[in-house]
Amino acid sequence: MDKYRIEIPEFCLVALVGGTSSGKTSFAHKHFKSTEVLSSDFFRGMVCDDENSQSVSGDAFDLLYYAANKRLNNMKLTVIDATNIQQNARKQVLSLAKEQNVHAAAIVLNLPEEIMQERNKARPERNFPERVIRQHCRDVKRCIKGLKHEGFRFVYVINSSEQLENTEIVRTKLWNDKRDEHGPFDIIGDIHGCCDELELLLGKLGYVRTDGVYSHPEGRKAAFLGDLCDRGNRSADVLRLVMDMVKAGNAIAVPGNHDVKLLKHLRGKSIAMTHGIDKTIAEIEARGEAFKNETAGFIDSLISHYVLDDGKLVIAHAGIKQEYIGRGSARVREFCLYGETTGETDSYGLPVRLDWAADYRGRATIVYGHTACKEVKSQNNTFCIDTGCVYGGRLTAYRYPEREIVDVPALKQYFEPVKPLEEAVDTDMGDMLTVGDFNKKLHIETELMPSIDIHENNAAAALEIMSRFAADPHWLIYLPPTMSPCGTSELEDYLEHPLQAFEYYRENGIRNVICEKKHMGSRAVIVLCREPETALKRFGITDGTRGIIYTRTGRCFFDDETTEAALLDRLDAVLTKTGFWSDFDTDWVCLDTELMPWSEKAQGLIRSQYAPTGNAGAGSLSAAVKALERACERRNKAFEVDKLTSGQNVDPNMLLERFRTKQDGIEHYIKAYREYCWTVKSIDDYRIAPFHILAVEGRVFSEEKHIWHMENIRRYITGIDPVFMETPYLCVDTEDENSVQAGVDWWTELTSKGGEGMVVKPETYTAKQGIKLLQPAVKCRGREYLRIIYGAEYLQPVHLKRLKVRSLNRKRALALKEFSLGMESLTRFVKGEPLYRVHECSFGVLALESEPVDPRL
Amino acid sequence: MLLTITYEGHDTQDLGYLLHKNPERAQQFELSYGKAYVFYPEVSDERTTAALLLDIDPLDLARGKVGSKDGGLFDYVNDRPYASTSFMSTAIVRIFGTAMSGRCDKRRELADTPLKLTARLSSLKDNGDTELAKELFEPLGYTVSTERAGLDDSFPEWGISPYIDLTISGTVKLSELLAHIYVLIPVFDRQKHYYISEDEIHKLLDHGEGWLADHPYKEKITRRYFSARKSYARKALDILLSDDITDEDNTENAEAKEEKEAHTPLNTQRMEAVKNAVLASGASSVIDLGCGECRLTSLLLNEPQIKQVTACDVSVSVLEKAAQRLHLDRMQPHRRNKLTLMQASLTYRDKRFEGYDCACAVEVIEHIEPMRIPAFERAIFEFAAPRTVIITTPNIEYNANYEHMKENSLRHGDHRFEWTRAEFRQWAEHICGKFGYSCEISGIGDTDEKFGTPTQMGVFTKNG
Repeated sequence: MDKYRIEIPEFCLVALVGGTSSGKTSFAHKHFKSTEVLSSDFFRGMVCDDENSQSVSGDAFDLLYYAANKRLNNMKLTVIDATNIQQNARKQVLSLAKEQNVHAAAIVLNLPEEIMQERNKARPERNFPERVIRQHCRDVKRCIKGLKHEGFRFVYVINSSEQLENTEIVRTKLWNDKRDEHGPFDIIGDIHGCCDELELLLGKLGYVRTDGVYSHPEGRKAAFLGDLCDRGNRSADVLRLVMDMVKAGNAIAVPGNHDVKLLKHLRGKSIAMTHGIDKTIAEIEARGEAFKNETAGFIDSLISHYVLDDGKLVIAHAGIKQEYIGRGSARVREFCLYGETTGETDSYGLPVRLDWAADYRGRATIVYGHTACKEVKSQNNTFCIDTGCVYGGRLTAYRYPEREIVDVPALKQYFEPVKPLEEAVDTDMGDMLTVGDFNKKLHIETELMPSIDIHENNAAAALEIMSRFAADPHWLIYLPPTMSPCGTSELEDYLEHPLQAFEYYRENGIRNVICEKKHMGSRAVIVLCREPETALKRFGITDGTRGIIYTRTGRCFFDDETTEAALLDRLDAVLTKTGFWSDFDTDWVCLDTELMPWSEKAQGLIRSQYAPTGNAGAGSLSAAVKALERACERRNKAFEVDKLTSGQNVDPNMLLERFRTKQDGIEHYIKAYREYCWTVKSIDDYRIAPFHILAVEGRVFSEEKHIWHMENIRRYITGIDPVFMETPYLCVDTEDENSVQAGVDWWTELTSKGGEGMVVKPETYTAKQGIKLLQPAVKCRGREYLRIIYGAEYLQPVHLKRLKVRSLNRKRALALKEFSLGMESLTRFVKGEPLYRVHECSFGVLALESEPVDPRL
Repeated sequence: MLLTITYEGHDTQDLGYLLHKNPERAQQFELSYGKAYVFYPEVSDERTTAALLLDIDPLDLARGKVGSKDGGLFDYVNDRPYASTSFMSTAIVRIFGTAMSGRCDKRRELADTPLKLTARLSSLKDNGDTELAKELFEPLGYTVSTERAGLDDSFPEWGISPYIDLTISGTVKLSELLAHIYVLIPVFDRQKHYYISEDEIHKLLDHGEGWLADHPYKEKITRRYFSARKSYARKALDILLSDDITDEDNTENAEAKEEKEAHTPLNTQRMEAVKNAVLASGASSVIDLGCGECRLTSLLLNEPQIKQVTACDVSVSVLEKAAQRLHLDRMQPHRRNKLTLMQASLTYRDKRFEGYDCACAVEVIEHIEPMRIPAFERAIFEFAAPRTVIITTPNIEYNANYEHMKENSLRHGDHRFEWTRAEFRQWAEHICGKFGYSCEISGIGDTDEKFGTPTQMGVFTKNG
């Protein structure tokens, strides 16, 4: 016997309809995953421990529908396992389906009453009175007829136990689901009867016409975004061309509002003869009845939107909201055809459109048309490719997956636009970040680390810092990561020593490392565009500036704009002179640098903390040493022991020694911080040492080795203007004793004069051992320098011993996450991803920085 | 960290008896935060000097054992081990306690006699307030001399050191001298290394007995002594004198300083004015953007016209404090249901801002980086777009009336700018033109003929 076949869409809301004891639950569990089935009994049990308690039905259904709603949000098929006998109960199912823009299906278990009575008796824990069962059976029978009318798109009725046993449920794909079509596609915007341009464009795209039908020799598919007709001079030709291509399988198409209006007319409904439809109708009438019918049938068959290429691409005429993608309902169709308007009209009498693309946060690329713009308008991974051909603009195709724009100019203006075409970039305002994307727990996926979680409290901290201190987020395409020190030295007199750094990389399988001198300045990221226009177009900077220098927390480095502008001008002069701009074929660059003097940014800190400590220490210790010296001079006889006093005797000579040591410590400390301070009188007194060329248009240089960065910095940036200085470096082979010794010697030389130390990096920009990401750099700070971190007296053995107990794990974990986020944000920016996607990464770095970590590390 | 006391006269070695510390010995004492040593750099008939030297372990300090504040980066780089601070006061009580009480069985008379004594303290932090030492010690009969170096000799442009080496000499009883030093060291530094409990009031009154009540700067001394605990200062002063106490002066907030004389504090006037503007707009739902401690919000909650108030601030800790201040946890439902508190940023678009009749940003805009003002404008006027927006901000011109303010400085350390009246008007016009609002500008606070009012307020109303 053939199976009873029940076909439902793979994503829909299913209501089981059947009286108690009709076997709904076992049916549901036979045909659906247990997680797909939401049973009212289960929720009764959840709220009151008794699955049969009817008194808690209200609460139980609240929970059930809450859960159903969440499942549908996640686009999961959901089965409501309840009697659904009452029309009110079904109304709730249907209204949820409408709300969620999914189809509702009803599967009715209409079994003979005897069977149900029997079953009921066999379940003593339930045992409803016979009359209840009877009533249920009657109600079920009565409701069947009306189900379609109530709004269930699919209704299936099972009338016997045999049928029940022999049922098969088949899940069908949604009409809009073309995820298994991978293209490649040439998506073509609003044509509006411009057939000449369409033919030119298809030609330019490589399509050839055989037997009157266009096809692509490489099997590419055209995808038409609708509005094929009206306003232009060859609407019927366009319809013919597109219909033929679709029929031949060489194209797909979604309907536009003009096409649907035409359909209305063709179906005999009255429409307003406006917006150029009169010409279309005249052309179609001239072609005769067959063409008319074919056109009507064609438009009628079009689906509002398509989800293509594993869900990575979506096309719809007027675009589509994220929550509508892949769903089907009148509301979704309406949106795809017309978009959403506020109900107000603008000064041209045209409806004011809601900017759905501004709120779009999906990963799928949406290509749409409908609103004519001067240029392709890209926003949050959506692309409006209606470039107003009929208005004398261009006919545009978006090549996918190449993501290239191919267009042909209009041969003439066919129609006068009511208002000028929209600007693709809002040059006045730029785009704006939405707080809802950030004030929550964030889960950021990066190329280097599959997922980085940012906790809500850290996000809250980042929001405060971003809001109060950070520069315009359009500029913040990168925030540098924190850097861990090398492991704590095992040598007696050192807290940090390069041997530990070399060892870290060696034991993780990295043989070659590079040591770079650590300049004692402040981290500064520089973004520079050649022209303010680049800043506007590429970065969305609307204030007319062309670059920025910002700190590691995204704050403007200089309060004074003129200093910043002067330094940027000098950088530009250097890059122009060395041919950087042309050699790298870019009009912007992002550099990672150290900016000196340290005292410039740390001014407040130095004056409120470093210098006063030195000052108080030097003054007090010299007074103490003098007093002790005098005490030692006069004390030349043996002292008496007075048993009554509370103190212990102490040798003043020992004290003198002790305080001389302290005095020596504070003098070294003062020397150490002075090293990094100088007074800036003019721009010439600044020093900027770039150490990474992070990114330019189209490229992030994380694939290049550090030596490449050093060499290109020398070649293009340093040595011309004294402000831009080189970073000395040394390559070390961690397997070669002599090389390691050379590294140690180099560090010793750097630091004995008070230098901050050096940074040791693997030779490649990113290094892994297996799948484990390694520290992109570790710092080895100088012995003297560390006084300004750990205090003037830290080298005293008693202190050093205690300080050596320190853990680097947290710091290192953070460094890796921040490094991954930094690289990710550059990658996203370079790929042209939307602002919120780039900002997410910088925001993440700031959030991680709010984690409490020993700040001396 | 070093106190020396010199006694000049005859048989000055008796200082050893008075201090109960033998001049021929150097002694050490264990303290909770390190060690203290007592020794005598000079001993002769004419002149004897005793020294009390502290040896504070900087690592213990940094590791939160004693006196550590936040456990921040700069605890290791800290003046506490070197400056003369409350550590010295506690050491004096501990080591010279008997001398302080005036007890000396062996030289009873000497202890009760004013002697020619000189005390020296190294690295006492007065933060450059050159008059302070004189104000504090001269009324007690001392000759005061101070020495001060530059902050760093290599960088003269960094200015003077915040520390002085203090020498005071006079003819006083040793116990008095010690009490004076004990009380007045923390008055300089204003930071104490230990938790201040209410006992501290008695300590002050005990050690201040017989001199503090008559000291012309007793208020200042008391306030600064309890600088972190205003309520204790008030209690102590209530005992010392019967007059009312004015609020603690706040070096950061220029307005508050001026308000000591004003009848109604400017902030109160400001909140009142904003509240009235809100009511006049006819609003029944209000969003307080940058609510701070929620003063405006609490005023609005009392107004029957207002059915809904949302208070936002970008700082979570500020909101937590505001919640405490409003007693959110025990607020009754009727009031509680009107109120929402939430973290929000004014430089991001926020859907939660939409739907209110009125938005207020009271003394907020001047805390935003100028580069971010366009985002602020759009968040409020383009996206939230309530019928009424009320903005207040300082009028920089009026700062000329704040005598203590340095030239070109702003009223608060976090202000990124302050606008003149013309600048505010220009900005308001720009807003009106760009976003379709009309604006009425008025002033809040006393009017100065030349400079206007201290605060300016713009009430923006959406056109149409």
